[in-house]
Amino acid sequence: MTDETHARPNRWKRFSDWDERPLRLDKFAAEDAASGFSAFKSPFDPKPGLSLGDGVVESMDGIAVRDFDMIDVFIARYHLDPEIAPEAMAMPSLEVARMLVDMNVPRKTLVRLAHGMTPAKLADVVSHLSSLEIAFAYSKMRARQTPGNQAHVTNAKDDPLQMAADAATAVALGFDEIETTMRVARNSWSNAVACAVGAAVGRWGTLFQCSSEEAEELKIGMAGFTSYAETVSVYGTEKSFIDGDDTPWSKAFLAAAYASRGIKMRCTSGAGSELLMGFHDRKSLLYLEARCLCLQRAMGVQGTQNGGIDGAPVTCTVPGGMRELMAENLIAVWLDLECASGNDARATESEIRVGAKILPYLIAGSDLICSGFGSILKYDNSFNASLLNGEELEDYLVLQRDFEADGGLTPVGETRVMELRSRAVDAISAVLEELGLAKPTADMKQSVVAASGSDETRTFSGRDVALISEAIYDRSITVIDVIKALAARGFAEEAENLLKLVRLRVSGDYLQTSAVVRGGRIVSAVNDPNDYQGPGTGYRLTDERREEIVAIRDVLTRQEVLRVEAAFRPGEVTRVAYRPTGPAAATHNPKEVVIGISPAFGVKLFQTVAGHPLSAILRVLIAGITEGGCTARVVRMRHTADTSFLGLSAARLAGSGIGIGIQAKGTAVIHQKDRLPHNNLELFSNSPITKIEHYKRMGLNAAAYALGEMPEPVIVPTRGEAMGSRYHARVSLIYAIETEMTSEGAEPEEIDVMFLGAAA
Amino acid sequence: MTGKPLTVADYPLAENRPDVVETKAGKKLDDITLEGVLSDRVSLEDLRITDRALRQQAEIASAAGRPTLAANFERGAELVDVPQDVIMRVYELLRPGRAGSKDELIAVARELRETYGAAGVAAFIEEAADVYERRSLYKKRF
Repeated sequence: MTDETHARPNRWKRFSDWDERPLRLDKFAAEDAASGFSAFKSPFDPKPGLSLGDGVVESMDGIAVRDFDMIDVFIARYHLDPEIAPEAMAMPSLEVARMLVDMNVPRKTLVRLAHGMTPAKLADVVSHLSSLEIAFAYSKMRARQTPGNQAHVTNAKDDPLQMAADAATAVALGFDEIETTMRVARNSWSNAVACAVGAAVGRWGTLFQCSSEEAEELKIGMAGFTSYAETVSVYGTEKSFIDGDDTPWSKAFLAAAYASRGIKMRCTSGAGSELLMGFHDRKSLLYLEARCLCLQRAMGVQGTQNGGIDGAPVTCTVPGGMRELMAENLIAVWLDLECASGNDARATESEIRVGAKILPYLIAGSDLICSGFGSILKYDNSFNASLLNGEELEDYLVLQRDFEADGGLTPVGETRVMELRSRAVDAISAVLEELGLAKPTADMKQSVVAASGSDETRTFSGRDVALISEAIYDRSITVIDVIKALAARGFAEEAENLLKLVRLRVSGDYLQTSAVVRGGRIVSAVNDPNDYQGPGTGYRLTDERREEIVAIRDVLTRQEVLRVEAAFRPGEVTRVAYRPTGPAAATHNPKEVVIGISPAFGVKLFQTVAGHPLSAILRVLIAGITEGGCTARVVRMRHTADTSFLGLSAARLAGSGIGIGIQAKGTAVIHQKDRLPHNNLELFSNSPITKIEHYKRMGLNAAAYALGEMPEPVIVPTRGEAMGSRYHARVSLIYAIETEMTSEGAEPEEIDVMFLGAAA
Repeated sequence: MTGKPLTVADYPLAENRPDVVETKAGKKLDDITLEGVLSDRVSLEDLRITDRALRQQAEIASAAGRPTLAANFERGAELVDVPQDVIMRVYELLRPGRAGSKDELIAVARELRETYGAAGVAAFIEEAADVYERRSLYKKRF
């Protein structure tokens, strides 16, 4: 056939491979400022500027007072401090940007300056920072020193039993806040009671919110079930604001109303919301969000939930989108607001992008790293999937351990989780029964306790839940009734915990910036202010906290490895016996292949990493050598445990000059006496995937080399498994057992191998 | 309130200054116990924040350099005794297009000032009334 008969391929197949990766489900948008698709800068963004006359704003960011929209009016009146503004606005943005990353400039100095800066100025300053600088500045500028985290607790059935069990689980994992919402709006009361009860199991202090319609949410709060709210959304353009059915004044009034009810509150904003609502005014995402944040400080809310939030996915479609999300979080903390820093709506299908997105926040810390970590499975998340979910929760726990970073969570053991889930299900069941709302069956309870997600539960129907929820509302059941019901049914601890949470309202301490409850005490930006001023300052893991973070499950120890090996010994002694017969010497038999075994081989270690009994390995190696027309001699090396030297030493003893070196863990080599130590004939380095038949062929090939032939090398096929991550901890522990048994200058020992009984 | 303004050192009040924390009915934090709830000596009313507590938190917020947060607590303090239905009615009226004219907002501001002594919130609503007029928010929205 000639070249002409073949059509030239028209595509590199790697692109087809890439097409199949989850990443390609993500869609990316071209930068297009006129259409609102620009992260940091749009030609339509105003230049920073402010003119004051007699301490009164005359124009801001290029807009004269007479042309101010509602947002401008509110910011100019309540955010800008005329005492500071002239000084702050006169400073070059680059200089301020450098101050943000200068550990010698205290946070206080920068917060003061922010109070005199316009939205365009704040955006201009942070746009000078790289992603790394933004993360560092965020770590320095965030308000509360101790980082925390927030969970979503929802399920696809709005099942109160599962809600309680999952709330208790989230509390055990260390979340400072949990947030629920419903599939069906009328189920809000049932969700609220169930989460409040579940969150009272195990410890007290986890703040709880039930995200629902504004008026309804305030009513649920008034009944005492919830302790915070964060769905008070604000927007960066006037038209979006009006379309969102609010104004800065209506939202500020709502903020005061929450305060008057003793309920902690933060606003919500984030890049992309104006874009999604169709009123972006051709401005950059960052500039619009800077307006939202100035507005929030102006309203007097203690904090914000920002960093894209529902707009995070669209923000991540534009160049610099993820950097923008970090930048807007930085503006929030620079303005001295508590920051629940997004990382909630799942902005990508790529696990690599998920990991990259979360890392800066994990290592920088944040008041609430996720403003909704999906503590439940993705399909159970009624807010839609989070960046991180129940599926990936352990990955996050390991990231904390990897980077020795406090991501706000603590690993919990299996037994403890089952205890807490059972207790929570029993507690909510008792409340439902005691208040005459429902009678859960034993089967319902059992299915929920064990269920990873609602697909696995046999529980209330949607109609049942609606009836429970409506009854709670119709009968004006309050937290007092629930506390009494818990106590009446023997759940005094939970009753007490719930009461303590509601009692926070009396002093209102938890209304201050960045307040959470830790160990029964209020921790906020007031009594735990971030004082970062370089290494040795700011938040550091204590020894106790570090111990909690590193305690993930299934960690290998030397004792465990030895225990597993010892368990294998009784089987091996029925299959093989190794009898030393004295020092080994070189022979002149040209058909002899020597197998050099390692010091612990069959003495302290009895199986390869792949789990093959060493007797079986030795049996097939010898069989291969014999079938290949040679004879095998077994020698134990005592001066080395290194594969290359085991092989080379064996080769030097063999009459054929060919030796096999094998370690107890299964790593093997075929060597020849005149070669350099690491320049062997064949190496079998991937012992975890090396099968019995590979060892057989190793024996055959060794015989072939001994006879001067050139056999086809044995290839142990790999699919790119991360061998090191899977096995190296165990291998290192095993190998240490081998090296401990070596002694310098110890002579090789002739071994008489006797196979006993049947093969393993 | 009498005495020196509270400072950051007094915070959290529940831990550092329980002497200044009490419910509307004069109960102390230590009186709010499970036993009290079970014997009906403690009601939901005792678990509400007071205007005094909000003004105390406003002092602390000011001392911590957060004047806007303090102002919100002050507005909140004025709303503590405003009934829930009034709160919801005022909120609704402040939303775009709900008030048909400036007068409706002015009237509700007067009600808050005269009935509940909420002078700060009333002024805030009057300010909104002006801005809404300038931004043509009294249009009916469908």
